[in-house]
Amino acid sequence: MNILVCISNVPDTTTRIKFTADNKSVDYTGVQWIINPWDELALTRAIELKEAGKANKIMVISVGNSTVEATLRKALAAGADEAIRVDAEALDSFSTASHLADAIKQYPADIILCGIESSDYNGSSVGGMLAEMLDLPSVSSVSSLEIEGGSIKITREIEGGRQQLETALPAVLVVQKGIAINPRIPSMRGIMTARTKPLKVITASAVNAESQINSYDTPPQKSSCRMIDPENLDELVELLHKEARVI
Amino acid sequence: MSILVYAEHRNHKFNKASYELISFGNKLAGDLNTNVFAFTTGTLAREDLKTLGNYGCNTILHFPQDVSDDEKQLSRIISDIASERNASIVLIPHSFRGRAAAPRVAIRLKASLAQAISGYPVSLKPMVVNKRAFSGKALIEETLVADISVLTLNANTFGLIENVVEPAIEVLSIDAGSAATRVIQSEVQSGKVLLSEADIVVSGGRGMRSADNWQPLEELAEVLGAATACSRPVSDEGWRPHHEHVGQTGKVVSPNLYFALGISGAIQHLAGISASKVIVAVNKDPDAPIFGAADYGIIGDLQTVLPRLTEAFRKHKSQS
Ligand SMILES: Cc1cc2nc3c(=O)[nH]c(=O)nc-3n(C[C@H](O)[C@H](O)[C@H](O)COP(=O)(O)OP(=O)(O)OC[C@H]3O[C@@H](n4cnc5c(N)ncnc54)[C@H](O)[C@@H]3O)c2cc1C
Ligand SMILES: Nc1ncnc2c1ncn2[C@@H]1O[C@H](COP(=O)(O)O)[C@@H](O)[C@H]1O
Repeated sequence: MNILVCISNVPDTTTRIKFTADNKSVDYTGVQWIINPWDELALTRAIELKEAGKANKIMVISVGNSTVEATLRKALAAGADEAIRVDAEALDSFSTASHLADAIKQYPADIILCGIESSDYNGSSVGGMLAEMLDLPSVSSVSSLEIEGGSIKITREIEGGRQQLETALPAVLVVQKGIAINPRIPSMRGIMTARTKPLKVITASAVNAESQINSYDTPPQKSSCRMIDPENLDELVELLHKEARVI
Repeated sequence: MSILVYAEHRNHKFNKASYELISFGNKLAGDLNTNVFAFTTGTLAREDLKTLGNYGCNTILHFPQDVSDDEKQLSRIISDIASERNASIVLIPHSFRGRAAAPRVAIRLKASLAQAISGYPVSLKPMVVNKRAFSGKALIEETLVADISVLTLNANTFGLIENVVEPAIEVLSIDAGSAATRVIQSEVQSGKVLLSEADIVVSGGRGMRSADNWQPLEELAEVLGAATACSRPVSDEGWRPHHEHVGQTGKVVSPNLYFALGISGAIQHLAGISASKVIVAVNKDPDAPIFGAADYGIIGDLQTVLPRLTEAFRKHKSQS
């Protein structure tokens, strides 16, 4: 069973997000790049399955320019076997998914893992789009994955509950909380061996974006917080009822 | 041209989010001078189906076989209906199944997709929407380039607008095809208010001290008809179930009223609650960052404040 993990290269989640003066793009100067946290957990689960003898090869793939190679090397250091970079700008979810679909036709896998969202644009789109483009089944909000023989067992979250299910393979799984607990940190040995693992760069045909960002803004700041005397909670009730009108 | 709404239900009753999407679709239909259709799948009684008419839906397309568990099958059926009815906008709830189907529907329809938009579009032709990005650290305005738009909406983003009409119900007999996935077991809790669509959420953090102290918080939730939630350390510790965890790595909620009880207000927690309309914080530390995000604050010890809060709301409830 071969596993492919789709990796989005994102600013460290603690980064303060700044925009260019015209508010038309993000100012990425000084940003630390990381593996999108969900993709890191997906990769961790793939490595655990490989270590348990349930999976054979782990490939990682990312769409982006040469700056994503450092992130792909981290994935190799953590335990992936091969990395692929699709040399294209990830313009939006649609263009990203199109590039991934083209590449995966050349480098197929039994299980394709995506994260539930990228922490930059929070698109929640690439996994499902990719599955549709490849005409594969998909299962989303996956919180656990087991491989038993030639098939897989999945738990996914649904509104107010969860389900266990099976799917035909190959399939795209979109993973969320629970898929792995702590991300795998590369060991010194892993970092050394990563240098000799293959990182292929493949060219991509042009794809148009389906959406376009016009401007960025910082979310409105709350006006100051109104403090309520803990001895007079009727005042809070009154304010929530009459002023805020939420009860 | 038309507008198609995918209406979801739980335990054979429509979710509030579905009524909200119909309200939203009806406003779009008014502004674009067109009609709104609803599509739903699975067992639903006629009286329940008709409730979509309370929010202005004229036509309800009902497919009695439940195909909502298979993402591929569901999205094929939604997109086939959208094409047949010439839909230019498809509205889908930003629920677990909805947000999973939406990207597939968009690809099938060659449509642009925007997940979890922040409210009514800025413009309809071209379609321009606002969305949160960088886990709430930025807002973006985005133009959807394709002729067709697929939009998803979190519960409580638009609100309900009543507009009672007598809807026509069409029972669909279509070829559902076969599912690629098979559900082995489902566990769905009934009765409880869903966190994702609750009007009021009562959430506890590490300041609640231990797993045994949750009774007073549940009591407050009970009085308010609220859903319960928690911060990440609380679910990590096993004090509360994982599905209650709110924040960047948990659920994003958008209630009208969010109570943060003994929650410090870390940026990763705020990422999950910043779409709440009103936030009330209780914390014994006057410098806790949560007060920077809250609308109303109480400085005090939860041991005494929480039972008093419950009392105050109980009194209000008995008077109104
Ligand atoms: C990558 C990453 C992702 C994360 N994702 C999330 C996420 O999704 N959700 C999330 O919540 N966190 C997340 N975190 C963790 C986050 O950074 C904080 O550690 C966490 O939110 C703190 O939880 P807390 O507020 O319950 O606890 P604390 O920070 O310990 O705060 C407890 C608060 O309770 C108050 N208090 C204590 N006793 C009392 C009392 N008796 N009465 C009143 N007040 C009292 C204290 O003053 C304090 O402000 C993430 C962290 C990382 C690094
Ligand atoms: N540029 C990219 N290259 C490879 N995979 C990506 C890329 N962008 C997003 N993904 C995958 O798609 C998931 C969801 O991303 P998104 O739809 O952008 O929120 C991520 O968790 C990744 O698994």
